[in-house]
Amino acid sequence: MPWDRNQMAARAAQELEDGMYVNLGIGIPTLVANHIPDGMTVTLQSENGMLGMGPFPYAGEEDPDLINAGKQTITELPHTAYFDSATSFGMIRGGKIAMAILGAMEVAENGDLANWMIPGKLVKGMGGAMDLVAGVGRVVVITDHNNKKGDAKLLKECTLPLTGKSVVDRVITDLGVFDVVEGGLKVVELAPEVTMDMVRERTEAALVG
Amino acid sequence: MSKVYESAAAALDGVLFDGMMIAAGGFGLCGIPELSIQAIRDAGTKDLTIYSNNAGVDDFGLGLLLQTKQIKKMCSSYVGENDLFMQQYLSGELELEFNPQGTLAERMRAGGAGIPGFYTKTGVGTVIAEGKDVKSFNGEDYIMEEGIFADLAIVKAWKADTTGNAIFRKTARNFNQPAATCGKVCVMEVEEIVQPGELDPDAIHIPGIYVHRLVQGTFEKRIEQRTVRERA
Repeated sequence: MPWDRNQMAARAAQELEDGMYVNLGIGIPTLVANHIPDGMTVTLQSENGMLGMGPFPYAGEEDPDLINAGKQTITELPHTAYFDSATSFGMIRGGKIAMAILGAMEVAENGDLANWMIPGKLVKGMGGAMDLVAGVGRVVVITDHNNKKGDAKLLKECTLPLTGKSVVDRVITDLGVFDVVEGGLKVVELAPEVTMDMVRERTEAALVG
Repeated sequence: MSKVYESAAAALDGVLFDGMMIAAGGFGLCGIPELSIQAIRDAGTKDLTIYSNNAGVDDFGLGLLLQTKQIKKMCSSYVGENDLFMQQYLSGELELEFNPQGTLAERMRAGGAGIPGFYTKTGVGTVIAEGKDVKSFNGEDYIMEEGIFADLAIVKAWKADTTGNAIFRKTARNFNQPAATCGKVCVMEVEEIVQPGELDPDAIHIPGIYVHRLVQGTFEKRIEQRTVRERA
């Protein structure tokens, strides 16, 4: 049975290591924060200028000066630090953030990522995504294996404007876990009851190993 | 010479002109220079080019200057919260230059530090790189981005002393710090102006050398996405 959103986030949380500084994108990646194992210290970066992002506030305790990159009200933790946007992207571009977990519209077999615009339809902007994929140590993508129409999202080549070229290291979908390797995507793990035939049928990218 | 003005309109008097370039602080609606934006709307200055990470929402923040069609061009990383922006952009009334968020912040920082251009790997191999100089360092490609030298910076801080030494609060610092440095004139609005000596010199986020005009005011501080958790 394919993984649901929470199970995908839980699987992504297995990528975390004690002491890591991590940036989580908007959407399913945000849910990864709910699955950080007990006893493990993971510091979440919010690219609008914060390390040590805490949970949502209780009603009545929202602070308009304290939001995350998704513009949601959040809270601080004892080890929180604040800084300006140039410093924030200095640490991202400078390779200080160990990992980013992001969503995707398309991923190509060479690790190209498209997740910021659909020409003529969706013109919102890339926000910090291009800086993140260019700068962080490891890029993990969480995405549904297929889009709402059932088309493959893991492709030979992206059709949408790129966020970054050859930047993705690992993709976690509802069907399984895939690594970007020489020649295509390597199947690392399948969700329960998911077969290789099912994956082949729903994937356009070359599958290796 | 006092840096303290009685209103944003007074602080902006004499610095506004049609066709000018303005760098604005803020992220979403957090830490935006509300008072200056309203004063620029009231002044009616047109054909503005604005460097700001976002464009506000339809009826608040920079959205107010979109309503009055005072903006000619926006240079931003994300404009998804503003329907009016989308309409004006798709109809060709408004120019838009997308900058990756870190590139926009660094362009402001660089301009403020007297650096006209720098190389970054952000955007290599994407549409952002089109038409830009590419240079290889240690076998890896980087693209050149230009520093921003704005006519005016409008920023918001939490507290400042009368000489402009200022402190930001929590994530409201964001683009306010780099934006403040990259304008020929910087107008800063704060919640409280105190006397020199009342702020710890070791705790100053931005020294007053960058701040030319100061205004104290009250702020709406609208929340864009109110998210809460249940009490256990």
